[in-house]
Amino acid sequence: MAEVKRVARPLSPHLQIYRVQMTAVSSILTRITGNALIVGVALAVWWLLAAATSPEAFSTANWVATSWFGDLVFTGSAWAVWYHYLAGLRHLYFDAGHGLDIKTAERLGWGCVIGSVLLTILTIVIV
Amino acid sequence: MRYLTARKRAIGKGASHSGTEHHWSMTLSAVALAFMVPSWVYVFGHALGQDLDTVRATFSRPFPAILTALVLVIGMRHFAKGATMMVEDYAHGTARKMSIIFVYSISTMIVACGLYALVRMAI
Repeated sequence: MAEVKRVARPLSPHLQIYRVQMTAVSSILTRITGNALIVGVALAVWWLLAAATSPEAFSTANWVATSWFGDLVFTGSAWAVWYHYLAGLRHLYFDAGHGLDIKTAERLGWGCVIGSVLLTILTIVIV
Repeated sequence: MRYLTARKRAIGKGASHSGTEHHWSMTLSAVALAFMVPSWVYVFGHALGQDLDTVRATFSRPFPAILTALVLVIGMRHFAKGATMMVEDYAHGTARKMSIIFVYSISTMIVACGLYALVRMAI
């Protein structure tokens, strides 16, 4: 006879029960920001292409690029580019064999988040 | 006919079967972009919102034009390789192939459009 009583086996950790950690969040944000930047780049290149083509094309593209939608995309892209930038520098630092202990890695993660917000504000102020 | 032994073909390639080539390529483009992106954000941010003549004048100057071309070419190669890595993590079979083809197509098209725009504004 097969044993029908369920045994309380240890469950291996998976996404839904694993405690969210700074290192995991900073890692996935790097991927999300890097890939999402294609939207901002596409809009920027469309705008550039329109500027090269004709005044009519430019007025359409420029209207979109400076509308609330364009502001949303470019502001989001500014944050994404700065986050990805800092996270990339962090990876170069990791690759050189530094900052790999948990405490430093978590601090660097917070550094990327806070630094990227500050750089985004700075970008909005300057440009 | 294979002249290399199985061991010789495998050594130094690791689980990726392609060694560290991808990682090194990403490192190279990352360092290049790290030097160029802040200036480019400044150039683009300043040009955005200006009238057509100012935009054309900006991007016909050598520094903004060459910088934009480099950021586009190197940035889109960095994107294509990075996005391919993401696709390879989450998609399999035909969906993976189609997604990778899409990623390379869109990044190549963006580079082509951008370079065409720059050349046309410069001449």
